[in-house]
Amino acid sequence: MTFDPYATSRETTEGTVFSVTGGDWDSLVSEIGESKEERIIVNMGPQHPSTHGVLRLVLELEGETVTEVRTGIGYLHTGIEKNIEFRNWTQAVTFATRMDYLSPIFNETAYCLAVEKLLGITNDIPERASVIRVLMMELNRISSHMVALGTGALELGAMGPMFFAFRDREIVLDTFEEITGLRMNMAYVRPGGVSQDLPAGMTTKIRDVVKSLRKNFEDNAKLLIGNTIWMKRTEGIGYLDLAGCTTLGITGPVLRSAGLPWDLRKMQPYCGYENYEFEVITADTADVYGRFLVRMAELEQSLRIIEQAADKLDKLEGQPVMVADKKIAWPAQLALGADGLGNSLDHIREIMGSSMESLIHHFKLVTEGFRVPAGQAYAVVESPRGELAAHVVSDGGTRPYRVHFREPSFNNLQSTSAMSEGGMVADIIGAVASIDPVMGGVDR
Amino acid sequence: MSQEQTGMFGAKGTGDTSGYGGLVRTSATTGSTERPFGGYFDQVADDLERAYPDFADAITRVVVDRGELTLHVKKSRLVEVARILRDSLKFEMCMGVSGVHYPDRTGAELVALYPLLSLTKNQRVRLEVATSELDPHIPSVVEVWAGNNWHERETFDMFGIIFDGHPGLTRILMPDDWDGHPQRKDYPLGGIAVEYKGATTPAPSQRRSYR
Repeated sequence: MTFDPYATSRETTEGTVFSVTGGDWDSLVSEIGESKEERIIVNMGPQHPSTHGVLRLVLELEGETVTEVRTGIGYLHTGIEKNIEFRNWTQAVTFATRMDYLSPIFNETAYCLAVEKLLGITNDIPERASVIRVLMMELNRISSHMVALGTGALELGAMGPMFFAFRDREIVLDTFEEITGLRMNMAYVRPGGVSQDLPAGMTTKIRDVVKSLRKNFEDNAKLLIGNTIWMKRTEGIGYLDLAGCTTLGITGPVLRSAGLPWDLRKMQPYCGYENYEFEVITADTADVYGRFLVRMAELEQSLRIIEQAADKLDKLEGQPVMVADKKIAWPAQLALGADGLGNSLDHIREIMGSSMESLIHHFKLVTEGFRVPAGQAYAVVESPRGELAAHVVSDGGTRPYRVHFREPSFNNLQSTSAMSEGGMVADIIGAVASIDPVMGGVDR
Repeated sequence: MSQEQTGMFGAKGTGDTSGYGGLVRTSATTGSTERPFGGYFDQVADDLERAYPDFADAITRVVVDRGELTLHVKKSRLVEVARILRDSLKFEMCMGVSGVHYPDRTGAELVALYPLLSLTKNQRVRLEVATSELDPHIPSVVEVWAGNNWHERETFDMFGIIFDGHPGLTRILMPDDWDGHPQRKDYPLGGIAVEYKGATTPAPSQRRSYR
């Protein structure tokens, strides 16, 4: 036995344990050859290209069969919930949007719906604001599903779908940039409505975007649906049936792939989803392929909703996008200038030149914020990953007393071991990709 | 939330020059909501009373606020109530557990909230359990809803509530050797004081603020 700095061994109560960190594989194999056991513990991540961000998996293997999976998270914990307690109700949106960075609009909407419930203004939100929220959420669902499909395929070794998916995602992000000024983390949805109206002529552009996306989606469908290699990597992999889903609290595409048509947009509508025609997509295979098919089909449903939202927006042209109560709505109508988003010049002219009361009101509302009656509220939205909920507690002050986000990624990631144990080590990648966890949301 | 608040600003130790120093506000409602609760809430309460003979003893308060039903459960009865809600009332899913810290509620500083969802009936209910800071133990519901495993670990990590019977109650978001529980109200936010041309901007939790 020669000393190898990359493959040290030590004696434990369970026998000899070899720690492999690189170096000469042959010398390790010759050393292990003396023992009969083949139990290997592999640490995968947190810096691993196939774990969807900083996810750490500790795998126990017998040969190539996985006997135990332990999941380590927390590497991206940023204390968003704690930070929110030190900002006012409007500023909190800026934090919430950064949790699950692939679905910022959903984070914002869940939080704002909860705050509006606390304020008791749920029914006062202008219809145009709700329609814009729906439009943005469905666009966001597409961009999020594109990452799920693209990176999921990439992690299983398919390069092409990633290029197509990210091409389509860029189209959506460009639309976001045109509407909000930002591609991600927009803080666009605010308590009471949305921060600003759509730019002129946007609905026409959105219809063009829908048209080109609908055509583009065929590329990935042609590449993957029925593709022999793709089927072999995904069919029967990461199996989790309905009983497993309910006991683990799994929602979203994973639950729908087990055959239950549970979609909060249909079951417990919010933002006026009851006024849109769309279908809840399910699969009956409860495996990675089923989840892939669910996401692919949901893209088309999102496009349908976007088209209907665009029609509604044309009818609601010129209506307000913020609640009428001036004690909640920010006083300025924001405007996109040459140097980005800011207060409209007309408003600045008014508060600086003619009305001191407006200036005081503006100052108070922006620095101090509005007060929210004491109590607690729980608001849910159907995010691309499942039930995203915001539990918001107020003590009657200008800041949230406590905000907790029930993140679907966090919850669904628990099913990694149920999906992967007993399978092959290479199939863990497919199973994790089909859950589509976003570590920013998991760790918050 | 405090029972009583004075002033408008979070400043302590410095003079409050706002003129609002004498302002006293009381908050926090107590007591149960009177029937009828409205919607499906009456049905849920009736069904639970029928299925659970000890209802009056285990459920201390029934609160309906902002269209949400909250059942305040004695912590010693939590698992019993949870099992009946799951098996008899078809609340198949527990959407996790969220903690809240109320330092002023002596003897019930730590609160755990369990949002439940029934897929069969499309209904929601919330359970609320309170415990003291000195005895931060609440029974675990992981044996009833396995999906609460990570949620309880998170609430333990953030609030220090010890869920008795949890299969492996360890920190999940913070490092294993971390001191303290960050989401408690007496735990400072921290942050880096920013020095700017000789003047210093304190960290967010140290700043004077509006309430």
